[in-house]
Amino acid sequence: MRLINSLLLLSLSLFSVMPTLNAAEKEADNDETFDPTPMIMHHVMDSHEWHLWDVEDETGEVKEVTIPLPIILYHAGNLEFFMSSAFDHGRANVTKNGAEFTMYHDKIYFADENGGVTYNEDGEVVNDRPYDLSLTKNVVSMLMASALLLFLFIKVGQSYSKNGMKAPRGLTSFLEPLVVFVRDDIARPIIGEHQYERFIPFLLTAFFFIWINNLLGLVPFFPGGANVTGNISVTLVLAAFTFVITNINGNKHYWQHIFAMPGVPIFVLPIMIIVELVGLIVKPVALLIRLFANITAGHIIILSLISLIFIFKTIWISPVSVAFGLFMNVLELLVAALQAYIFTLLSALFIGGAVAEEH
Amino acid sequence: MNLVTPEIGLIFWTTLVFLILLFLLNKFAWKPILGAVKGREEAIDKALSAAEEAKEEIKKLEAKNQDLLAEARKERDELLNAARDTRDKIVSEAKETAKKESEKIISSAKAAIANDRKNAIAQMKEEIASLSVELAEKILKEQLKDDTKQKELVSKYVREINLN
Repeated sequence: MRLINSLLLLSLSLFSVMPTLNAAEKEADNDETFDPTPMIMHHVMDSHEWHLWDVEDETGEVKEVTIPLPIILYHAGNLEFFMSSAFDHGRANVTKNGAEFTMYHDKIYFADENGGVTYNEDGEVVNDRPYDLSLTKNVVSMLMASALLLFLFIKVGQSYSKNGMKAPRGLTSFLEPLVVFVRDDIARPIIGEHQYERFIPFLLTAFFFIWINNLLGLVPFFPGGANVTGNISVTLVLAAFTFVITNINGNKHYWQHIFAMPGVPIFVLPIMIIVELVGLIVKPVALLIRLFANITAGHIIILSLISLIFIFKTIWISPVSVAFGLFMNVLELLVAALQAYIFTLLSALFIGGAVAEEH
Repeated sequence: MNLVTPEIGLIFWTTLVFLILLFLLNKFAWKPILGAVKGREEAIDKALSAAEEAKEEIKKLEAKNQDLLAEARKERDELLNAARDTRDKIVSEAKETAKKESEKIISSAKAAIANDRKNAIAQMKEEIASLSVELAEKILKEQLKDDTKQKELVSKYVREINLN
């Protein structure tokens, strides 16, 4: 049984790199030396389509097989809805309500007079952009993760009305200890006995939201593979929630420590206020960078290990790639839980600092 | 640089999704789960303290039983002692009565015996007196059959009387 399991795992991990292999192969054919950066960057960034694999048709042309995702654009009072397949993977422009859109590196711009994008001297695109509210790969992945979370936890929540006070069973017996862990080992000791209950919903939601998105990000193929918690926008929002909750609930002592640190001479206070205000901002920024960097780094390492095969241009390096990739994946499994824990722990710490009574 | 540039769309959707998730999970998951966990914890606490109380109660009951037992034992001993005393008293009383009775009987018997003897002696005296008179009569009669002798005797008595 164990052997079958490990074989299954091995074949899964091999299978999982297939789409990436194809994508990389294409580039390897074109260039003499394989540069893994575009492939890796493409993977860890958000996208308007869900890339599955590439196929080569009879004419030898390589076509991407993707799941098209809905595009929602807002510009000059107009809301545009269409599927990302209209862009034909960036080869075609889309004209709606007199505006021509073009997609360049998975970002949507207003096309210039040539129907393309213009660069400045640094090689950056200078075209204007519409407000892009598309359901991108990350949004869809996040929605699926949320649906999964809701399904799991509502099921657990309902199990009590059926099972009553009895010892938890099945799914409940797995998830309840995690909920209790967040309550008893994060919220209660850090925020304090009298206040922690107010912040429990946020902490629990953040913990499980980050964790499940981290885990789905580790699944190498659809419906996983998106880099949700490794996207700076997502971690920005999560850290912003912590920031807002912390400062809305900050009590007298908290603000006093920022604007009038007790025991500090008056002439030092202006400096202290600046330092404290910087600290106020740095705390959530550290939070958002930590999560983003950890998860993105994990993805980059695994993809780099797979890219070794194409860099060395030999199949014989694949055992090394697979072994290290597997090791990294298992490590990432730990990191997924760890980062969710750390994010929740630090959020609780910041909130706890803001609501703490003076002692 | 693209990697660290936030995208407005993703920020919008993340905020929306997270807020909805927060609301729905709080309502349908965290509240029931934590409520049930808290309820269970309280129930366990209650059950434990109830068990502790029951233990305490049992201890008290045991002590009470012990007390009752000791009291009962004491009472029994007292009863036994009292019974023994009563028995002893009755026995000694009976002995006393019996002694008195026997003494009384003995003394009355002695008195009767004494009385009887007295009577017997008196009777005997009477009997002896009459017998002696009879005897004397007979003797006199014998001696005084012939006149000579009677005269002799009379003379003798006369002499004697004279002498006095």
